[in-house]
Amino acid sequence: MAKDFRLPEGGHIDRDRPLGFRFNGRAYKGFAGDTLASALLANGLHLVGRSFKYHRPRGIVSAGPEEPNAIVQVGLDPRTEPNIRATQLELVEGLIARSQHCWPSVEFDVGAINDKLSRLLPAGFYYKTFMWPSAFWMKYEHFIRQAAGLGKAPGARDPDSYDKTNAHCDVLVVGAGPAGLAAALAASRGGARVILAEQDGQMGGSLLSQPHETIDGKPALDWVADALIELGRNPEVRLLPRTNAFAYYDHNYLAMAERVTEHLEEKPGKLPRQRLWKVRAKQVVLATGAIERPLVFCDNDRPGIMLAGAYQTYLNRYAVRPGQRAVIFTNNDGAYGAALDLQRAGVTVAAIVDLRASPDGRFSEQAEAAGLPILTEHAIIGTQGTKRVNQVTVAPVSADGREITGPGEAIACDLVLSSGGWNPTVHLFSQSKGSLAWDERQGCFLPDRPAQATHAAGACNGAFGLASCLRQGQAAGIAAAAPADFEVKEAGELPQASDHDFLPARWTWLVPSDKPLGRRGKHFVDQQNDVTAADLKLALTEGYRSIEHIKRYTTTGMGTDQGKTGNVNAIGIVADELGLRLPEVGVTTFRPPYTPVTFGIFAGRDVDDLLDPIRKTPIHSWHESNGALFEDVGQWRRPWYYPRGSESQHEAVQREVWACRDSLGILDASTLGKIDIKGKDAAELLNRVYTNAWSKLEVGRCRYGLMLGEDGMVMDDGVTTRLGDDHYLMTTTTGNAASVLSHLEEWLQTEWPELEVFLTSVTEQFATVSLSGPNARRLLAELTNNIELSAGALPHMGVAQGTVAGIPARVFRISFTGECSFEINVPASYGLALWQAIVTAGEKYRITPYGTEAMHVLRAEKGYIIVGQETDGSVTPLDLGMDWIVSKTKDFIGKRSLNRSDMAKPDRKQLVGLLTEDPAEVLPEGAQLVDEVLARPPMPMIGHVTSSYMSPNLGRSIALALVKGGRARHGERLHASLADGKTITCEITGPVFLDPEGERLRG
Amino acid sequence: MKSRYSIFSLLRNALSYHEHWPQAWRSPEPKSSYDVVIVGAGGHGLATAYYLAKEHGITDVAVIERGWLGGGNTGRNTTIVRSNYLWDESAQLYEHALKLWEGLSRELNYNVMFSQRGVMNLAHNQHDLRELSRRINANRLNGVDSEFLSPDQVKRFCPVIDLRAGGRYPVLGASLQRRGGTARHDAVAWGYARAADARGVDIIQQCPVQGFKVESGRIRGVETAKGTIEARKVGIVVAGHSSVLAGMAGFRLPVTSLPLQALVSEPVKPVIDCVVMSGAVHAYISQSDKGELVIGAGVDKYVGYGQRGSLPVTEETLAAICELFPLFRRMRMLRNWGGIVDTCPDASPIISKTPVEGLYINCGWGTGGFKATPGSGWVFAHTIAKDEPHPLNAGFGLDRFTSGYLIDEHGAAAVAH
Amino acid sequence: MLLITCPHCGPREETEFSYGGEAHIERPRQPDRMSDAEWADYLFMKSNTKGVFLERWLHSHGCRRWFNAARDTVTYEILAVYEIGTKPPALDPRDYV
Repeated sequence: MAKDFRLPEGGHIDRDRPLGFRFNGRAYKGFAGDTLASALLANGLHLVGRSFKYHRPRGIVSAGPEEPNAIVQVGLDPRTEPNIRATQLELVEGLIARSQHCWPSVEFDVGAINDKLSRLLPAGFYYKTFMWPSAFWMKYEHFIRQAAGLGKAPGARDPDSYDKTNAHCDVLVVGAGPAGLAAALAASRGGARVILAEQDGQMGGSLLSQPHETIDGKPALDWVADALIELGRNPEVRLLPRTNAFAYYDHNYLAMAERVTEHLEEKPGKLPRQRLWKVRAKQVVLATGAIERPLVFCDNDRPGIMLAGAYQTYLNRYAVRPGQRAVIFTNNDGAYGAALDLQRAGVTVAAIVDLRASPDGRFSEQAEAAGLPILTEHAIIGTQGTKRVNQVTVAPVSADGREITGPGEAIACDLVLSSGGWNPTVHLFSQSKGSLAWDERQGCFLPDRPAQATHAAGACNGAFGLASCLRQGQAAGIAAAAPADFEVKEAGELPQASDHDFLPARWTWLVPSDKPLGRRGKHFVDQQNDVTAADLKLALTEGYRSIEHIKRYTTTGMGTDQGKTGNVNAIGIVADELGLRLPEVGVTTFRPPYTPVTFGIFAGRDVDDLLDPIRKTPIHSWHESNGALFEDVGQWRRPWYYPRGSESQHEAVQREVWACRDSLGILDASTLGKIDIKGKDAAELLNRVYTNAWSKLEVGRCRYGLMLGEDGMVMDDGVTTRLGDDHYLMTTTTGNAASVLSHLEEWLQTEWPELEVFLTSVTEQFATVSLSGPNARRLLAELTNNIELSAGALPHMGVAQGTVAGIPARVFRISFTGECSFEINVPASYGLALWQAIVTAGEKYRITPYGTEAMHVLRAEKGYIIVGQETDGSVTPLDLGMDWIVSKTKDFIGKRSLNRSDMAKPDRKQLVGLLTEDPAEVLPEGAQLVDEVLARPPMPMIGHVTSSYMSPNLGRSIALALVKGGRARHGERLHASLADGKTITCEITGPVFLDPEGERLRG
Repeated sequence: MKSRYSIFSLLRNALSYHEHWPQAWRSPEPKSSYDVVIVGAGGHGLATAYYLAKEHGITDVAVIERGWLGGGNTGRNTTIVRSNYLWDESAQLYEHALKLWEGLSRELNYNVMFSQRGVMNLAHNQHDLRELSRRINANRLNGVDSEFLSPDQVKRFCPVIDLRAGGRYPVLGASLQRRGGTARHDAVAWGYARAADARGVDIIQQCPVQGFKVESGRIRGVETAKGTIEARKVGIVVAGHSSVLAGMAGFRLPVTSLPLQALVSEPVKPVIDCVVMSGAVHAYISQSDKGELVIGAGVDKYVGYGQRGSLPVTEETLAAICELFPLFRRMRMLRNWGGIVDTCPDASPIISKTPVEGLYINCGWGTGGFKATPGSGWVFAHTIAKDEPHPLNAGFGLDRFTSGYLIDEHGAAAVAH
Repeated sequence: MLLITCPHCGPREETEFSYGGEAHIERPRQPDRMSDAEWADYLFMKSNTKGVFLERWLHSHGCRRWFNAARDTVTYEILAVYEIGTKPPALDPRDYV
């Protein structure tokens, strides 16, 4: 009867809102305010999962983020999620969850055979076998992979959205338990801007599970409610429940994941599923609490064995009573509190098994007074029950805690609560690079020296009594507000409360059993990864002594819980084995995230088209409506070619190329980088950054320049125009516009501050339309009445200003096609109008828009290089045969590097042209060239094809290539050896195929 | 070897409850002198010691380590192994390493789980395609397996990939090296450590180097936290601290140390079999045998010895992963960590003699060191034993920065026209 | 993520900045008089300091001005920022091995 497990009253659940959910295909009921775990327990379910390696039946161990076992698959595709901790999943109507990593069911799982074979599967067994025969590893591995993994990844695109937000605050408080609330109150009373983040859906932390605590004489939760009202009313305070502060980066920068809609039945469509908070805090208060440690005893993993504190949470917060007859196993006073709670809830306390010789402490005394059966200096040495614990064996233990000194006695039970002390949640403190120190008295690692503006308070700082928590919290709030310039004058009275912690305790890391370790039963340290104390010992035996080696060899602490319950126990066991103190063994690194975080929130809205901006020219809409196909060049989307009707790419490009040489082509060149350069030293700057000389360039003239890195390698090229005495316009390649500007700025600001030059990027201020072909001048003349276009007035490499189609324009006579060409720059907003005017007027010349592919063919016919295609960061101007543009007299960036010994070697790769023997055959770009084709590789390569096209103007294929010593080899033959085994023979030529004299260009 | 690992030894030890396994390696105190001291017990350093003993008969060797062996980049990388490099020198070096990988588990008698499930490099634009083709062709002629996959073939090889990738970075093709894959990084360090130890090499952990003993330009030994250790020859293999150690020996390196981060997801049942890399969106991903998605991120752009990365890099990487694999958006990051990569201006390593006679350095592997581990150790052992580089690493000397003969594996990173 | 104080704009997120590597490497006045080795030293060799490092940053998504910073490359604390062309403040070295 389900009702038996739910107490008739109490708890912080809403009994007026029953919720239906399904687990492993069966329908159950819970209440609003439940987690999946509490609802399962309320329905009498303990067995929820199977362990990673041995497939042992496992139940719910904890009530929080530390849960190693109760991790389930939630939801259906495409919204399914693996490995969800049932202990943190808020119940919603219609929730569907199932056990994972078991087949055919969690009740009967064939994988459990591994438990029978476990003697063959010690830690690291896979390093020692599966090596024979060596070809079989991949086959073995196939089965290993199938056997591994826990839940299943979603099978389809995630339909939900995620968001990100930035926030700044004076004080970020992490954790809304008593310490965190006290800190937030104090800091906010001083006027500081506060963010309070809490991973749970409800604020209050441990107080939600401790109904007997009082603050200022009233129930503690009344104080919590008052605090939340005060904080909620303060406009400078932001309360963030359901927010997991998961990473603490440098300079007080924290990342937090907020669950925005998952707990809602009706999910508002516009809200994201989750949100990433990126918080820069002046000061941080960590009030992250503590996590209880289980005791490591023989067969400590059966369903029904849970943490004492977790049990109190289920009892007091969720009004669930997950058992009738309990045994409590402890090394400290705190668990007696759980025993008292049990008794009050009507659960039979069969025994309190205490490792200590003489329990004292507040709860021990109360338990004794209440007549609970207490077995001191005793240990649980074994448990029984396959899918639910039904019996424990207890026996007396020696004073040093290492041996069993008497016969065991069986005690029947359906619940075992274990408490081995507490681990302060120092994850974020450690991530912030603060150091930790071992506190022997409290048996835990505590924050020591902060590395940033960080204050730790409450249980995470070793304050386990309520009064201490409140005191530390308030002090941290005041201390955090002060350096943020908010003096807290009225912090309020320190709230009064009792101050009882879980001490005294004795630290026994490994509870002995009546057999040597590993001989019978298993002492689990890491329940999720099935790492036992025997595994740790094996690692030590084999010489893996560093705690990092032990962790990696045994995989302890590497599960989805990241060892929140197991790590300190593992360190303790290793320390005992090695005869060291715990801090001498040390802790493994705490790495973000604190608990796992959805990939989607890191992407936020930056998905699909928004992953990276798409840059479009002002003329883009025309290209689209005229059927252009596009290619991505950097962030730009450029027309690639414009197929007509059923044209293939090849046909379209051939037509476009032909039109340019035959009559008239038009290209959208707006993407070329444009840098406006002004100042009296502009020419000097150009002298220093280009390989050629600029001092004598006249106003109204353009010049081609080659820019090198200081390593002598070609970095960019482009034409720069002198518009006025102190005014130049530089163009760069499309992809390098930003990096060239940065390059120039860097030199100017850091090396040559004496130069008076100002640089402005004007790439997007102008649209550039390039007209190319024998009819270019004729058409342009029809569109302007104030620019003289004759070869005398506007020669090749000249510029003129006026209007084109009534639009103010600069007209540059520069060419990348080898035809008479004009590049017309107009203000960007006129770009489309200009284009349309030209296209309309050009109809009589069959004006043909051409894309980047035709542009590549046209320039290749002329042997013009493209930076990034003919060059790859390892090519010098000399390699390109461009010595003519390299000044011998002046210094420039990269010059000295050109004189290094390797640069003069005759066998450097040099730019050449290639003509295939079969003129119809087009070499593939990227083909590698050899002198001699060998039967099989390796084959010495002497170069590669950088560009290759069918040239309609030449009626044959052409190619550019970089070939070792190529300039001295014109006329020789070599071979392209292709991937499909084919060989193409070709002849080395010069790289200029068309109009080497430049008559068309100048005409 | 003192005790062979096999299914039989596993069975035998199971009978005695695994209580009698021998140590994988000893933890000796250092002797006062050795023939060769290797500084750095990462994969490369341990492999160097192993090959010194095996290939050159030099067994009077100590490997000294400031922390725990395999604790640097060896234990922090994303374990990708491939040899499809562009330039001849690189391809030959990495291919040599790959051939060693192929027999490594047997050779070391330690299962390093080298698994050749294929490495795919995606192309997202025409420029990528051209570069891919160049590299595939060069690889094949260098004897490195490499093939082109059309988008359809990409989808067949890795069904979870979204070819449209949101439309921003569609997949236009890929290169595939079928012999590439992943290995278990820790096992590589442990396997080499065990095999080197078996040949008499002393591995000395928790022993930071404090200086070098140099007399008239020649190395004489190493000053350590455990005292002076004399040595005829010393090899430095300390990724992440190359400049620091070189500084102690009195010379500078063309190396910048940058933070590099990686992350894993929670483990899930097999969903992606191969390695997928994309240069354009800065991401690479594979799935470990345990089931975790293993994801490599980019570097932070500033010098950093902090072994931690920053959030913007994680955001960028996971945005790219979510783009290529929209069904992974609901997966969760389990663990995120950082290492220090020593990068060279040409993205190629230095395996070289140094200005100090008898002192050798192996560094500058950037993000690509793990895959080279066996080959790197092999050629470095040769360089130390013979006092001259092997032809395979002759091009990777420090002198290339003077001559200008760089091996620029950045390739045509620039996109222009 | 670092919080970097631009001397001209004030504290800003790291993502607004570009990194420029080691500061105070002056370009030689007469490169052609240098040996290949000297040139290589200028061009490629780095201090790459573990500890207090003087480096250049560009506020690329802000005022677009370069400045220098002294930063601990282990803790990532920024100890000082100062303008290009000025001398670095006196700072104690930090020894990390």
